[in-house]
Amino acid sequence: MALVEVKNVRKTYRREAEELTVLDGLSLEIAEGDFVALMGPSGSGKTTLLNLIGGVDQPSSGDVVVGGTNLTGLRGKQLARWRARNIGYIFQLYNLIPVLTALQNVELPLLLVKMSGKERRERARHALDIVGLEDRLKHFPRQLSGGQEQRVAIARAVVSDPTVLLADEPTGDLDRKAGADILTLLDRLNKEFKKTIVMVTHDPTAAERAHRRLHLDKGVLSNGPS
Amino acid sequence: MSLLSLVLVNLGRNKRRTILTALSVLVALFLFCALRGVLDTLEASIRVGSEARLVTRNAISLIFPLPLSYQERLLTVPGVRSVSYANWFGGRDPVDQSNFYAQFAVAENYLPIYASDIEIVAFDRPQVAGAVPPGVDPKLAAFMNERDACVVGERLFNRMKWKLGQTVPVSGTIFPGTWTFTVRAVYHAKNPAMNEEAMFFHWKYLSEKGMGGQGQVGWYVLELSDPGQAGAVTRAVDALYANSAAATHTETERAFQAGFVSMYGNVPFLIGVIGLAVVFAILLVAANTMMMATRERTAEFGVMKTLGFDDGTIFRLVLVEAAVITFGGGALGALLAKLVIEGSDFNAMGLLPPMTVRWATVLVGVAIAVVIGAASGLVPAWQASQRRIVDALRRVE
Repeated sequence: MALVEVKNVRKTYRREAEELTVLDGLSLEIAEGDFVALMGPSGSGKTTLLNLIGGVDQPSSGDVVVGGTNLTGLRGKQLARWRARNIGYIFQLYNLIPVLTALQNVELPLLLVKMSGKERRERARHALDIVGLEDRLKHFPRQLSGGQEQRVAIARAVVSDPTVLLADEPTGDLDRKAGADILTLLDRLNKEFKKTIVMVTHDPTAAERAHRRLHLDKGVLSNGPS
Repeated sequence: MSLLSLVLVNLGRNKRRTILTALSVLVALFLFCALRGVLDTLEASIRVGSEARLVTRNAISLIFPLPLSYQERLLTVPGVRSVSYANWFGGRDPVDQSNFYAQFAVAENYLPIYASDIEIVAFDRPQVAGAVPPGVDPKLAAFMNERDACVVGERLFNRMKWKLGQTVPVSGTIFPGTWTFTVRAVYHAKNPAMNEEAMFFHWKYLSEKGMGGQGQVGWYVLELSDPGQAGAVTRAVDALYANSAAATHTETERAFQAGFVSMYGNVPFLIGVIGLAVVFAILLVAANTMMMATRERTAEFGVMKTLGFDDGTIFRLVLVEAAVITFGGGALGALLAKLVIEGSDFNAMGLLPPMTVRWATVLVGVAIAVVIGAASGLVPAWQASQRRIVDALRRVE
């Protein structure tokens, strides 16, 4: 059984009187432990699909089932709790909280989980250790390079041991070397830690790291060359 | 890190803005509590008056006197235990006209009526031994035996740096001429609301020197044997003189004091309105600050929600942030008002008891600060919590 099932999903937005269809009857299955790259031109609905899988947005119709939970049936607090437990989100622009240190940024999702402060710090430290930033715990985002910031963001995404990692253009704001490092790290998380990863990217080189490449165009999905 | 430390970290994000907002709330609450303090003080001046004593004055106005001859007849009214009387003197310091303090010419049984409110703390021994009238504190023997002697409040005594036995000149205004008084005793007000910047001297001295022995009295103080009879005695006294040349108006001492406060007209109301207006203005300032603070962090709230923070937690975080700023500033402002106002010892030159800011006022101030915090944080907290994640993440300031 697939870990992620997107069933006949339609997503429309209303802009004044006009209704825009971003995803049109899209279906998709992602197996546990898979590493999927979503590609496509700007405005094709990649990020929208990622948001639907992450429970960040709701489909206009159809179902999104992740780990056996139908997200269309969840609302508000339930959905937030589900996201905290099951989803790790990596943004293109890292989106770290600037006034928090690297360690505190990674601790942030753990504030939603009942555990002692000591345990929280230990887990955050361990996550930063995995991404190779054990010596940058007290650094603020402004004191880190782009690649390091993205590593902190990845540590934040994995610290609560989520089921699925969603990465929206994780290398889009990085130079080639830093981008390659991030992709290697994602690869390791997939292989070593068995994380299921869905990554949106424009970059064919980045997409090559994935097991599967899917192309979205005008809200319609097609398999890319594998 | 905890949710509270997250709030504190966010407050430190723009320290200047946080400090300025807290300061504005501090100043507003300081003003509010200080203005309320004026009202508290006016109320305290009313509380000096007793419900067990009545004051009888001329029905036309306090400035018109009553004949001394009323005293004997007032004593015959059932329920009246004793009758005393006093006159407002209204003199000025001949050296410094702006140095005002209250002076009262009082009958010899006047101070004993207030024995529970005052305590003689310094006094001269009489030059010639003599018995004091019944009920009079023996410490007042020197005062009782001397025509131009006076008893002064401890605060006035200290402020003027007088000494016992010193002769004090006063320029009369209502009763012209230069008057001299010898300080023979000093009283301390046991009741903190009682005026401690007053001078009491013999009514006989005033009558002889200032009124040519006409025997005019400013007001009578009637001590009741039973406070429950105050209504009946009031009606009986005023009925006695209803058709006389000098009709009387009798009321409880507390009502009499309240009459003085009512002379301030709408000032207490205006003070209250100004206080509330200041608070409302600061509410708008604080709300605007919180709006700005949260608008700048819209994308961050989107990130936090993506991480699993629910709407309620975001709402509470913003609200607590606003409350911490306003509570901190407000509590400090209210406490500062109490310390500064009471520390200043201002008493309107004896016209009022020393200025006070009651703890109840401080608590009201703190409560207002919390309400300002809640009200100023409500809209931004709601906006931050209700914004859809995708819209929040898209927002770039």
